[in-house]
Amino acid sequence: MEFKVSNKAKVFTLALIIVGVLFTAIGVAMNVGDHHFAQKFLTNGLINSFFFFGIGLGALFFLALQYATETGWYAVVKRVIEGIAGFIPYGIGFMVLVLAVISAMKGAHIYTWMDPEVVAHDSLIQGKTAYLNIPFFWIRTVVYLGVYYMFWTGFRKRSLEEDKVGGTDIHFKNYKKGALFLVFFAVFSSTSSWDWIMSIDVHWFSTLFGWYTFSGVWVSAMVTMVMLTLYLKKLGYLPKVNDSHIHDLGKWTFAISFLWSYLWFSQYMLIWYANIGEEVTYYMMRIENFKVMYFATFLINFAFPMLLLMSREAKRHAGILTFVGLIIMIGHWLDVYMMVSAGSMGATASIGFLEIGMAVLFAGIFIRIVLTNLTKAPLTPVNHPFLDESIHHEI
Amino acid sequence: MADQVIYAMYDDDDVLKDGAKKLVAKGVKVEEVFSPFPIHGIDPIIGVEQTRLGIFAFIYGLIGLTVATLGMRYFMVVDWPMNIGGKPNFTYLENILAFIPITFEFTVLCAAHGMAITYLLANRTIPGMKAQNPDPRTTDDRFVIELRTSQNTQFTADELESMVKGTGIVEFEQKTI
Repeated sequence: MEFKVSNKAKVFTLALIIVGVLFTAIGVAMNVGDHHFAQKFLTNGLINSFFFFGIGLGALFFLALQYATETGWYAVVKRVIEGIAGFIPYGIGFMVLVLAVISAMKGAHIYTWMDPEVVAHDSLIQGKTAYLNIPFFWIRTVVYLGVYYMFWTGFRKRSLEEDKVGGTDIHFKNYKKGALFLVFFAVFSSTSSWDWIMSIDVHWFSTLFGWYTFSGVWVSAMVTMVMLTLYLKKLGYLPKVNDSHIHDLGKWTFAISFLWSYLWFSQYMLIWYANIGEEVTYYMMRIENFKVMYFATFLINFAFPMLLLMSREAKRHAGILTFVGLIIMIGHWLDVYMMVSAGSMGATASIGFLEIGMAVLFAGIFIRIVLTNLTKAPLTPVNHPFLDESIHHEI
Repeated sequence: MADQVIYAMYDDDDVLKDGAKKLVAKGVKVEEVFSPFPIHGIDPIIGVEQTRLGIFAFIYGLIGLTVATLGMRYFMVVDWPMNIGGKPNFTYLENILAFIPITFEFTVLCAAHGMAITYLLANRTIPGMKAQNPDPRTTDDRFVIELRTSQNTQFTADELESMVKGTGIVEFEQKTI
């Protein structure tokens, strides 16, 4: 069935964009005299670019995972996943734009290691310049984004081709490419989170950081998938999606929330236990300045999905899933906010018009692009080899 | 009238599922299905109640959580305060991070063991108990539907037999119990 973006959705996304622009303008007007303004603005750009690019990337990873494991049940929601992953080219654009401006401004006090004057007086950063220098940073960034983009266009091209020609050749090709993507992603998801996020707290390091960031990205993507599937189903566009598919997506959300909580806790507990000066700075800073928000973020992202999504009925209930989804969506945005903003702005970080405005603006753009992506292909794949299995999926 | 029990044996789970659907559609009450592995989607067909095992697991987990918390607080803080690695002791709450892994392990241990034992008890399959299944082959590659005439009084035993035999069975057995 062909999907059309309803007028209601158009008005809604437009309203989000307008409200976002308005709030951003108020935020800019309030901050423009401040000498931290550029830093604050770019910090918000980085938070939202990364968060929404991450949702697209999480969807691409999830798609590759289904290919590599030759999964059957997901066939009827495959186009939903692709719709979200279709944000990747735009997300790449936002990431490149923000990173380019930041590196043109010698790090803009966000990546202090980009500023030669800071490095000259900082022996800790000097020890890391072999890895953290602008040319190598850009080589890595371009490789990550280029590889993600290539895999995404390949997956999408073959997916549309499969609708026309059918057969199993494309399936086996996807199987190989999906596995290959996971190999790249395993390395890149870690190193890119070091480059883009961990290097903000340049003196600090954690080997768990990559997985922690990646699990946050994955949950955000799962939640988006659940909510988009429920939305499309409510409008009658996904007649083949039954309770079992919703249940499976709910289970993924539940499970990956635990993965995130587990990694958050592991990183926190090991550093707390060892109590080494170099390591605890990250948490000292956040707990001293943002104690309530920092722990509330953890509790929201852990306790809500755990308690509300535990039962089988809850994972099939559209209302509960949407409620939990929206809550942990905000929770994971706050998580990224805590990672980036507290590192970059330090104690002066706060959520005001600018933060909310830019987040709403990006959300509006993201939703509009995802919905538009969905109009470009039939919502149920025509010739997916596992389509029949997926239609009869029952758990 | 003596209660008659009918065992209809199949050699394929999908055939059994279709057979059960046909029987239930005609108004037959299926008492039980025996299978070497779980047959997906058979529960709603034969009207098995939703299991309450999950609720039990949650309760066992809560018990584990409580016992672990109280136990560790008593061992490590109250009875003999321990100082490990210079962490502030004498208080449970400030050291809660150190106790979480053990709390988690004990919660899982209690939930898993409690659930397994409850499951075995509810099915009466504790080791040493008399087997419930009518034929040992249902633990290998055969599938059996059990009907009782006392639950299907609107049909005679002969009617039930002919209905069951029309569903692709491989063996038929009728017993008086």
